Amino acid sequence: MAKGRVSIVVERCKACGFCVEFCPTHVLALSSAFNSKGYHPPHVVHPEKCSGCDLCGMYCPDFAINGTKISQDKVPQASGGEK
Amino acid sequence: MLNILDNTVNPVEQFLRSDRMPHIWCPGCGIGTTVNSFAHALIESKIDLESLALVSGIGCTGRVAGYVKLDSFHTTHGRAIPFATGLKLANPKLNVVVYSGDGDLSAIGGNHLIHAARRNIDLKVICVNNLIYAMTGGQTAPTTPGHATTSTNPYGTFEPSFNLPHLVEAAGAVYVARWTTFHVRQLARSISEAFQKKGFSFIEVISPCPTLYQRRNKMGDGLDTMKYYKEKSKVRHGAPTSEVGLTLNGEIVVGKFVDRDRPDYQTMMRAQYVESLGERYIEEPETECVCG
Ligand SMILES: Cc1ncc(C[n+]2csc(CCOP(=O)(O)OP(=O)(O)O)c2C)c(N)n1
Ligand code: SF4
Ligand code: SF4
Ligand code: SF4
Ligand SMILES: [Mg+2]
Repeated sequence: MAKGRVSIVVERCKACGFCVEFCPTHVLALSSAFNSKGYHPPHVVHPEKCSGCDLCGMYCPDFAINGTKISQDKVPQASGGEK
Repeated sequence: MLNILDNTVNPVEQFLRSDRMPHIWCPGCGIGTTVNSFAHALIESKIDLESLALVSGIGCTGRVAGYVKLDSFHTTHGRAIPFATGLKLANPKLNVVVYSGDGDLSAIGGNHLIHAARRNIDLKVICVNNLIYAMTGGQTAPTTPGHATTSTNPYGTFEPSFNLPHLVEAAGAVYVARWTTFHVRQLARSISEAFQKKGFSFIEVISPCPTLYQRRNKMGDGLDTMKYYKEKSKVRHGAPTSEVGLTLNGEIVVGKFVDRDRPDYQTMMRAQYVESLGERYIEEPETECVCG
């Protein structure tokens, strides 16, 4: 089970690729989808590899992504929604 | 497309004026990355946000003052340090951070920089050094390394540049460190350490300006620059600052260069008054500033 998970604020992303490049376990890739400004935001390709280290969040110049650790006794919630 | 793919909140968000996002910084600009490290330093050092003031000058970096949800001041070009000095002298309990660009701090504001270091004013200066005046179109700054192409030196710069850690150490800073935007955690730690110091602290962050600096110098985009930082940075804590000057494509020496103690401006002032006035020197009780 994954130790962490990422949240992505798609509309803030400018597709610099920092999060994809510097995620130590290669959880992310830039998606082929566009946000409304025309950038390709990242998406999660290997959710099971996420450690929740938040390096993606530390690198993101646009405050568009962050990782959190999942406490192991809790089942991660599948969530999401328009905000 | 879903806007938020999961609902965990970024710990940095509490320090941002979320209503002003997305910000104006270009894709791959490093300034936002430095803000993450700054925010993490605020969390790690458990600093009382009521005691914190952030002062910026003018420039792309100067915009930080407008994006953080703190008591922040966007002052005039080059005058962040004198403004911050006034804040600190009027209210010595404040933790005053100066967050500005290399041009703002070392060109038009260069005089203030060296004198604040000489007087050891208790300020934490974070200098985002993108080696250029970015906001105004990529002109040569005092920090632009030799041979770089800029809008004002289309055939390459030839004037010697400032080595900022060396300059501020010589002028008297008590804490001097340099990182790049690749060194996010080290930068956060340095900012936390600077909060523990009493006196003039200077942290230089080498940061990409892909739009104006890297593009003109055929160095690729922000990500290429980050890879360059990763590859070419050498951590040398305590390195003599005379040896850490930057070149166009060469090694970037990073680390904590100076960590020393000497009395800060206000301590020296009190000591002098006590010495010359003796009993006649009465410390004013700290007064609350009631404004409005
Ligand atoms: C008195 C004055 N002179 C010149 C300017 C024009 N100006 C605005 S920002 C800037 C340079 C900013 O460079 P830097 O501090 O390195 O910030 P950056 O944009 O690179 O982050 C200049 C010269 C001004 N705003 N005010
Ligand atoms: S680091 Fe941020 S802005 Fe850059 S691609 Fe990742 S989410 Fe987008
Ligand atoms: S939290 Fe860490 S492991 Fe998870 S995506 Fe971000 S950088 Fe990768
Ligand atoms: S011009 Fe350069 S420094 Fe300014 S926002 Fe764009 S990349 Fe950043
Ligand atoms: Mg600059």
